[in-house]
Amino acid sequence: MDPNQPISAILVVLIPLLTAFAVPIIGFWRKNLCFYAACTALAAAFWCALHLLIFVHQRGPVDYFLGGWDPPWGIALRIDSLNALMGVLVTFLFSLTGIASKKSVPLELPLKEAPFYALFLLLFTGLLGMILTGDMFNLYVFLEVSSLTAYALIAMGEPGAMVASFRYLLMGTVGASWYLLGVGYLYIVTGTLNMADLSGLLREMEGSHAVLSGFAFILFGIAIKMALFPLHLWLPDAYAKAPSIVSTTIAPIMTKVMAYVLIRIGFTVFHPEYVVQAAKASGLLVWFGILAILFGGISALSQTDFKRMLAFIIVAEVGYIVGGIGIANPTALKGAIFHIVNDAVMMASLFLVGMMVTHRTGGHGINHFFGIFRKMPLTAIVFTIGALAVIGVPPTCGFFSKWYLLLGGIEAGHWAFVAALLVCTLINVALFFRVFDKGLYLHAKAPQSIPEPRIDALTIQEAPLGMLVVGGILAAGILAIGIGNSFIVKTLILPAVPGGL
Amino acid sequence: MMAWVHPGIVIALGGLLIPFIPWRIVKQAYFLMLPLAGLALLVLTSSGMFGAIPAFPESFRPFSLPFLDYTLHPVRIHNLSLLFAYVYVVAAFCMNIYALGVKNDWEHTAAMIYVGSALGAVFAGDLLTLFFCLEIMSWAPFFLLLFRGTKKAMGAAIRYVLWHHFSGVCILAGILMHIHATGSLEFGLMPWGWGSQYLGYHLMILGFVINAATTPFHSWLSDSYSEATPSGSIYMTAYTTKTAIFCLILTFPGVPLLMWMGAIQAVFALFLAVLENDGRRLCSYHIISQIGYMVAGVGMGTHMGLNGAASHALCHIIYNALLYMGAGCALVVAGTAKFDRLGGLYKYMPISFWLYMVGGFSISGFPLFNGFVSKTMTIEAAELIHNRPIYLLLEGATVGTFLHTGLKLPWNIWLQGRTEPPPEVRFRLKDSAVNTPVHMLAAMGILAFLCIFLGVYPKILYDMLPYPVEFVPFTLTRVFSITQMFIFTFLGFWVLRKLVKGYPGYVLDTDWLVRIPGDYLLRFCTGPLQRMGACLDRIGERAADRIVHTLRNPETEAALNPSLAGAGILAALILFVFFIARHL
Repeated sequence: MDPNQPISAILVVLIPLLTAFAVPIIGFWRKNLCFYAACTALAAAFWCALHLLIFVHQRGPVDYFLGGWDPPWGIALRIDSLNALMGVLVTFLFSLTGIASKKSVPLELPLKEAPFYALFLLLFTGLLGMILTGDMFNLYVFLEVSSLTAYALIAMGEPGAMVASFRYLLMGTVGASWYLLGVGYLYIVTGTLNMADLSGLLREMEGSHAVLSGFAFILFGIAIKMALFPLHLWLPDAYAKAPSIVSTTIAPIMTKVMAYVLIRIGFTVFHPEYVVQAAKASGLLVWFGILAILFGGISALSQTDFKRMLAFIIVAEVGYIVGGIGIANPTALKGAIFHIVNDAVMMASLFLVGMMVTHRTGGHGINHFFGIFRKMPLTAIVFTIGALAVIGVPPTCGFFSKWYLLLGGIEAGHWAFVAALLVCTLINVALFFRVFDKGLYLHAKAPQSIPEPRIDALTIQEAPLGMLVVGGILAAGILAIGIGNSFIVKTLILPAVPGGL
Repeated sequence: MMAWVHPGIVIALGGLLIPFIPWRIVKQAYFLMLPLAGLALLVLTSSGMFGAIPAFPESFRPFSLPFLDYTLHPVRIHNLSLLFAYVYVVAAFCMNIYALGVKNDWEHTAAMIYVGSALGAVFAGDLLTLFFCLEIMSWAPFFLLLFRGTKKAMGAAIRYVLWHHFSGVCILAGILMHIHATGSLEFGLMPWGWGSQYLGYHLMILGFVINAATTPFHSWLSDSYSEATPSGSIYMTAYTTKTAIFCLILTFPGVPLLMWMGAIQAVFALFLAVLENDGRRLCSYHIISQIGYMVAGVGMGTHMGLNGAASHALCHIIYNALLYMGAGCALVVAGTAKFDRLGGLYKYMPISFWLYMVGGFSISGFPLFNGFVSKTMTIEAAELIHNRPIYLLLEGATVGTFLHTGLKLPWNIWLQGRTEPPPEVRFRLKDSAVNTPVHMLAAMGILAFLCIFLGVYPKILYDMLPYPVEFVPFTLTRVFSITQMFIFTFLGFWVLRKLVKGYPGYVLDTDWLVRIPGDYLLRFCTGPLQRMGACLDRIGERAADRIVHTLRNPETEAALNPSLAGAGILAALILFVFFIARHL
């Protein structure tokens, strides 16, 4: 075997894909085995992704040619520091949510274990494929794999999820088709789909209108998929009404993977100079980022449902990331990539808290958080750490990515972005302290909206152990990333920042 | 030489263990041990056990940490930080004694984290550590407020956190701009001026000024301190504002703006106190007024002004804790601190009355009490820079302070010219002269002793100050003039004593500017904005409905209207066209 072609590069995609097809068959035989099969596949993929990350850091970027076909004919996986990092992040979070799903799936999706795990693994395959691929069309294929599974998974949720999922499907399909259209333009102009190849050819065609149109289609396609304001309309309902395990899985990761795609296409396929100067897209991105931050924050303030509130926070966080990408100086980009990682971890922990509360109280309104510091102390601790991270209190990780984003904004002199970030911090404080207020309420009186047997302020009713362990790992991760931020930024984030800025 | 142990970390982390200690008596002993351990560490530090402490502008830095491209100095020890640290741990000790009766262990924990982070802030050698500690100080008191458990306390808690996060955000922005401009993280003197290049410093000073409750940003203080638990509010009086003063002394000494803000605040807060009916709120306005002296002292920027600010911060923590404890006694024993429901308590709690009076004399700056030796220093500094208006404002505020805290408050709570309290309070009291719990009296006793001790032997205080002191407080003219002022204030009060009763009501303050629009914003969010969102949703759902309907009934004609494709796609199209059109 070629030492420069690590087998883990393909295994990380192949293992979940094959398991996804095996899971329904296993499900016919024993329902409860599906969980173990899925978890094994996820763990194996996580291990492969870790191996890949270490490999990339020791030997530099990897080009893996599928079936031994060289590009531009064959499909290549190209793995550098950025997507190796994303790979580890996604496999890590999926493994954790996989473990947490054990108790939640039989409760919320009874008798649907086998289809759930099959779709879950397919979603995972799709996201990993998008991250690892070095081919524009291949990316589209994986985008559709992940989107279609996501539509199906979301539609399994509570009443109204079907409509939400349908809306997501409509907009998501438009986004994906626009992306495909853009790729088509580029293919017509250059005759290649390989990213590295394209990047070389596109540098000589910067004045072309066809290239510009292709770029614009791709940009707006990604913007829809990533729920950048004002194209976020599908997101809040889809994430709030999905089954809790699904929102815990999709919400933190999906938009972040699309942010990765934006960085990949904006700074690797197209030249940064083109994006910033010729197409003037980056300034536009910052302004939409600012709007997203403010709109997301204010809308989150007006929610009475915890998951919907988180969904709007995601809209705001996408604004942070897109703003950081749009500012396009190394500091801000460092902040954006770091924030992708941090936001995924902290959103996962918060959605997990939503899941645990749903599991015990039967709902995810803010009212259901009533007295959780008494009833579910460990859940409450996870929630506290996650909330502090979103607010950006040191030493949680949220502070440090915000630090870079702010510093990048100041370096670029983009004061509106800096101000929006700071204002959103304040809004987040109001958001989460409102929940703390409920959770800490000492003289627990039963509010009208919660059925009587569920509310017992004095007995401890902790969430299942699997979820608690996962919550503990995520909370510890938030603190560990925050405390080890210096090391993480130097070894993982800095090499991942695209060059040429 | 031993490695330096941070007293703040000892206290804050030690505080986390309190709820897990099994026996109540052991728990209480441990709770008292925490500040004592901090005190022991400080004594060791100043005796040079860990390394010599150089004279003020110089400092001792036991260790440093690399952070990104900078070096952090989490610890920097000099005279000024030691001064603040000493009074912080001594005050914490007295407050812990006062709080021994509290059953909720988590309240102790929150208080200890709060004290520990305040110590961390005064020892911080770089801006990042400072920000980190200020951030903890912004949420730890949240719990002290919340544990009161009333609806009003919850509102106050949220407002408190929002105010302090706002100031934190301002400070963070200032720090980032400072780093961008200079590349340094040093927590030290900052440049000051007017103009856009100083924006970062304006933000930073705004953050500190909010934390210090300087007019017009003082309203959070009276709002929150009067709603906290009786013992929690005492912790809050000491740390947040004084830490902000400490930061101002180090970063912005000699900014004329501060001098004016401070002097105006010293007088302005007194006017707000006139109509106040709640004992603790009245004391809050006096904290604000006293902070005015410190802010003015920092603004003067002379050695004497800075010395005055630092020494007044120290004395203020001591007597103000005493005053709040006195008002808190009434709250704990009688169940309220409102003037219109009290009076005639003297027969049942005389000791707390006299201890309170020591605090009252101190805050008014009566000779032989500690307020006198520190407040006069600031006033003298104003005289020395020949600034008449500042001098007059600061001197005049003394009269009002005596009138309110020295006369009006004790008159209304303990006396009001009757021998028995109102019946709804009377039934809560035992038929004895000691209704106040003994540990509360002990705490007040220690503080009262310190008030008098520092007032009689100011040298101990003066030796701790950052700059050498050439100031003699007890001159004949000063003692004579101030006694004269007090006698006439007292006479005036006695003549009009029937008029200074409390009336239930609410004093309109600058918090109105934040509270009411904030309320409207929230109402807008939960009302019209929510409805708008719901309306958009309905449009979307109707569109989806129509699609489903069309799909299920192929014979109906598919009408192509815009809502069919959904608002989002439309938005995407419009944006896309704009983007393309800009380039073609």
